[in-house]
Amino acid sequence: MTPVLSLRGATKRFGGLVAVDDLDFDVAEHDVVGLIGPNGSGKSTTLNLISGALQPTAGSIALNGSEIAGLPAQDIARRGIARTFQLVRPLASMTVLENVKAGAVFGHRRRWGRDAEAQAMRMLEKVGLSRRAQAPMGSLTYIDSKRVELARTLAGEPKVLLLDEWLAGLNPTELEQGIALIRSLRDEGRTIIIVEHVMDAIRSLCGRCVVMSSGAKIAEGTTEAVLSDPEVIRAYLGTDDA
Amino acid sequence: MTRPEVQSLSIGTVLFALAACLPFLSDAYLLSIGVTIAMYTVLATSWALFSGPTHYISLATAAFFGLGAYTTALGIEHLPYWLLLPIAGVLGAVLAALVGLATLRLSGVYFVIFTLGLAELVRQIITWGQNMSGTKGLYVLTAITEEHIYWQLTALAALVFLTGWLIARSRLGFAVRILGDDEEVARHVGIHTARVKVLLFMVPGAVAAITGAMLAPRYVYIEPAIAFTPMLSFQVVIMALLGGTGRLWGPIVGVIPFTFLWEAISGTFPNQTTLLLGLAFLAIVYLLPNGFTGLLEAARSRLKGAPA
Repeated sequence: MTPVLSLRGATKRFGGLVAVDDLDFDVAEHDVVGLIGPNGSGKSTTLNLISGALQPTAGSIALNGSEIAGLPAQDIARRGIARTFQLVRPLASMTVLENVKAGAVFGHRRRWGRDAEAQAMRMLEKVGLSRRAQAPMGSLTYIDSKRVELARTLAGEPKVLLLDEWLAGLNPTELEQGIALIRSLRDEGRTIIIVEHVMDAIRSLCGRCVVMSSGAKIAEGTTEAVLSDPEVIRAYLGTDDA
Repeated sequence: MTRPEVQSLSIGTVLFALAACLPFLSDAYLLSIGVTIAMYTVLATSWALFSGPTHYISLATAAFFGLGAYTTALGIEHLPYWLLLPIAGVLGAVLAALVGLATLRLSGVYFVIFTLGLAELVRQIITWGQNMSGTKGLYVLTAITEEHIYWQLTALAALVFLTGWLIARSRLGFAVRILGDDEEVARHVGIHTARVKVLLFMVPGAVAAITGAMLAPRYVYIEPAIAFTPMLSFQVVIMALLGGTGRLWGPIVGVIPFTFLWEAISGTFPNQTTLLLGLAFLAIVYLLPNGFTGLLEAARSRLKGAPA
């Protein structure tokens, strides 16, 4: 079976700095893969390469076997990769419903008119915000605007979902709700890549993990195995004699 | 269509019918002001269709306007007048598309400078052409009267409002609102942002060119300095911002008072008009960032909020 998403030798250089170094990994359908590593290890840059926010310097990224590396972000979105942003990006002048409708109208599966509105409403129900549909975006709390952004990415029925530290900045109660929400997406059989620092979330959500350090992949495998790998622990905590 | 949509359509139709009756008052001064107001309504409203949601300030109005004026001036000897208007529109749209493709990928500042330079560029090309051929200006002699020009402009204004209303209901209109809020998000939900901007920029381009083509008979004598005056571009921007670009009818709220003020000032202090332009600009920046319509909406929401 061909993987939904596969990276081969994906590389991103900023001048002399190699942010992502010759990265290979595959994501199978219905997989929830954690992309983890210390700060500055290139996780978010990798996500940006996949979503088309940045163009890779070298290497290949394929969605269902067809090459998407170097395509502009709008084409990648249309082919079925949707993302949330590390710093939530609401459309400030619009209502909650319109924010989600944006994903339904222009995403992978495109709708218009009542159809788009109904789809946006369904997504708001999924994230638990249908009662705030007509509220202006500015009136929402931080976690609620994160939920809206998640609903916006879901509305276009993407094949792959990229979550860039979606759980960052939430308080313990919100974190619990957030993890439950992503778990419900996993149980629907969605294919998701999660960049995250919250280890509890990684443990409870991801079947597999890819670990990065200084731009390169240092480990890959089931979450349990990867998190007990001595090299991974060293990358996070440093060496004993350091 | 929903009830408020039918309502606003009917109100619009009645207002345009009333505006079309102005020439029957047979007051030459009123008619001349009417032509000016109709002209700036067309220019400022179409300008705001693009620059309102995208926040790209275009100073290219004079370039398109002059292009249209020259279309009439050069073509009137060879083609029927009614054919020249759509030709001017097509030329304006094509020029806008070329400018858009070249600049709209860049950030706003480059776009402003480029559009300002564009009017000057086209003017210099025509001046050069005239020097080569030995002619200085062109006479546009037609049987078209001030009334005809007024009616044409009113009809064009109705067309611009209809276009704006249709765009607002379309996917293109939704795309440009998303783009105006956050271009990065727009790209990542799958909007081809460059295409949206170019398509939308073609609207004011075509409309300003048609306006220029309609007004050429009024000038009688056309030369580059008249047809491509940068003052026109600045006035359109200031009127649109003064009225407010958040609503389709916003710019007209700026056009009417500004035209009367301009007439009054240029009548008594003809050399101080630039000063008025500057003061109006300061007023917009410091006092009316969302224009008159922004002021009205704020007042309305305050009234609504008060009893609750």
